Amino acid sequence: MKRILQGNAAIARGAWEAGVVVGCAYPGTPSSEILAELSKYPEVYTEWSPNEKVAMEVGHGASVAGGRSIVCMKHVGLNVAADPFMTISYTGVKGGFVVVVADDPGQHSSQNEQDSRHWTRFGKVPMLEPADSQECSDFTRIAFDISERFDTPVLVRSETRVSHCDSPTVLGERREAKIPKGLDQKDAPKQVMVPMYARVRRVLVEERIGKLASYADEEFPYNSMEINDPSIGFISSGITSLYVREVFPQYSFLKLGMVWPLPRKLISGFCKKVGKVIVVEELDPFLETEIRAMGCMVHHGKDLVPAIGELTPTIVEQALTTAVNGKDYVPPRILVQTDDLPKRPPNLCAGCSHRPLFYALKKLGLFVFGDIGCYGLAAAPPLSAMHFSTCMGAGVGGAYGAGKVLKEEGLGKICAVLGDSTFLHGGIGPLMDAVYNGGYSTTIILDNRITAMTGQQEHPGTGYSIHGDPASTVDYEQIARAIGVKHVRTVDPYNIQETMDVIREEVNRNEASVIITKNSPCMLLRRARPRERFEYPSYTINGDTCMGCRLCLEVNCPAISWAPSIGKTKAGRKRKGTVHINRDQCVGCGICMQICEYEGIVPRAERGE
Amino acid sequence: MSNNGRTHNVFLSGVGGQGTILASNILGQALLNAGYDVKKAEVHGMAQRGGDVTTHFRFGAKVFSPLIKQGEVDYLISFELLEALRYINWVKPEGKIVLNNYSILPPSVSLGKMEYPKDVEQIFREHFKENVWVVEGNRIAKKLGNIQVANIVMIGALSNFFSELNPQQWIGAIQELLPAKLHEINVKAFQAGRSAVKV
Repeated sequence: MKRILQGNAAIARGAWEAGVVVGCAYPGTPSSEILAELSKYPEVYTEWSPNEKVAMEVGHGASVAGGRSIVCMKHVGLNVAADPFMTISYTGVKGGFVVVVADDPGQHSSQNEQDSRHWTRFGKVPMLEPADSQECSDFTRIAFDISERFDTPVLVRSETRVSHCDSPTVLGERREAKIPKGLDQKDAPKQVMVPMYARVRRVLVEERIGKLASYADEEFPYNSMEINDPSIGFISSGITSLYVREVFPQYSFLKLGMVWPLPRKLISGFCKKVGKVIVVEELDPFLETEIRAMGCMVHHGKDLVPAIGELTPTIVEQALTTAVNGKDYVPPRILVQTDDLPKRPPNLCAGCSHRPLFYALKKLGLFVFGDIGCYGLAAAPPLSAMHFSTCMGAGVGGAYGAGKVLKEEGLGKICAVLGDSTFLHGGIGPLMDAVYNGGYSTTIILDNRITAMTGQQEHPGTGYSIHGDPASTVDYEQIARAIGVKHVRTVDPYNIQETMDVIREEVNRNEASVIITKNSPCMLLRRARPRERFEYPSYTINGDTCMGCRLCLEVNCPAISWAPSIGKTKAGRKRKGTVHINRDQCVGCGICMQICEYEGIVPRAERGE
Repeated sequence: MSNNGRTHNVFLSGVGGQGTILASNILGQALLNAGYDVKKAEVHGMAQRGGDVTTHFRFGAKVFSPLIKQGEVDYLISFELLEALRYINWVKPEGKIVLNNYSILPPSVSLGKMEYPKDVEQIFREHFKENVWVVEGNRIAKKLGNIQVANIVMIGALSNFFSELNPQQWIGAIQELLPAKLHEINVKAFQAGRSAVKV
């Protein structure tokens, strides 16, 4: 039976069919749906881990005990998990162990654009790269076999246009793995990576990569060669191979399903069969460099194909038309200069508790060390209230480090802000550092009770497991106190004045402090009934008093817009227009009402509407 | 739509929260059931927070790339007028356009810094003549009692262009993908959309 599956759902399906028993992940676009889908299969234990490093370690432990396990993350997640990953390459596996890493070329939803293929050479582990959902399923299944046969973790690399593309996929049956479950103390030399044992494993790792290279050439079933017009041969892998097929269908193709180790004989054979060799790959010249190093002539690669951003069929055609058929590229006709149209960037939801908090920070004029989450949207104008953001948890250490340079000068001017899930992921370590080493930074935890940006995943602070079953709940106040933070406060972010007062007091204090938002659940988290805490269902403009001062527009609420019209208030003061509150979008958070200095915003009910 | 095995390109655009993904899922299921290969691509994540969203949808005997080449769109179906105009250059000269007559103001317009484009329908008519259809998707959905089904109204309108598929095949796909309690309203929305357009 065939079904249309998203690439991520197909990876989950392939893992299930392979008899996987444990799946772990920390959510991250574009990888998040893999675990969410896998959690629907009752035979598999799944969990949202606090971060990718933990996920990797839990998955490894499951493998050592003889279970097939899979861990999934976005590209930057593998940076977090790199420490165990690089050494699991040495220990090898017992149950098949597959690490899925999903890249985000074009940075649709990421802080950088790193090419995860480098991990495969660096970590000396094999990597498979599917192009569509069928391959996502097939490659994940075979990855478990490769893992057990060669005693190695296996990387499966996806990316936005594979993970988030849907295509028909054959649904197969589940087959339980045959590895016996259990632990054996005699395996210590294989599992204890102290120098005397690790040096032995180091040699085996090199031998393994040699064996895998032979496997890539002689047995791996998903490297495919298609010789049509032999004047030009394209070498590519993953999604890029589909773009090339689409744009230049008449030529010859070598599609690599396994991008490391490379099938050297197959590649050199292909290069001999075709005239011009063109390597087409997204991001870095990974294949191109390797193929050139093999001594093969590569006629074109990154000299023509962009190395920055994602490729598309349009870009491939534009980059290569002249080199392929000598013709000039004819760009699509331009009917309207669409670059001049108003942009539509994503925005914080109406009623979001981040909005008043960042408005308060802006009013206080603080330099905000931000972090990864929806609140990154507060960096954009008109809020413009975030001034630093690199990776999960980094703002906490950043704010503390800046304080070490600025000393007294920086007091009252700095704070770190991060979400609940981000704090648990990577914020506890730097907070410990700040308090242990005498920093004065204030860390504000925006507790919206969920991992919001990636689509509502549970975490150890929500009180629920991946299946929605009740689970233990982290107490942020107690964590902060246990670490040694003496000043731990809570605020209601919807009360702007109170929030500003508390933050002002804490950032001026010459000691580390923590502020936690309370009663501030994500607007999309239905079970928390986020709208129930608001006094009125919605607000409206009082046309008699609105001065048209635009102050309320500064919070960038999607429900508020500017309506120009020259006129006067009831009291006769001139104005250039008023604002308008969209009834369908307003949720009644009342932030605009608090900001208004002219009593121009009132509860809708009181207007008798 | 013709039966010559060529790959057909449908481009859906709208604003996060308008239901483009469900709409394209129904399109996909209906065409898969009718024996076509299908591929579709969309971006999740940040884009869901009220940003612009697009779906590339392709079907035919055998589809390779999930992404459409710019200038190769056969059908542009847009849930919001500005988001239609943003992709006008993607449509083939003989392409067909189905517009939902509905506007959602982007921040720069809300803030009074830019103007929302005027006469979007006219701009399309200028270039695509009679191949432009305007549907009151949100108004029809509101009349049916649920603004959320505007996306299915639009799918109903689009279904008129796919002569190989009968209404029952579309309704079957809707029933396959949605929970039973939502069947009635969504089938009504589909039918209302289907009769809102005369091809």
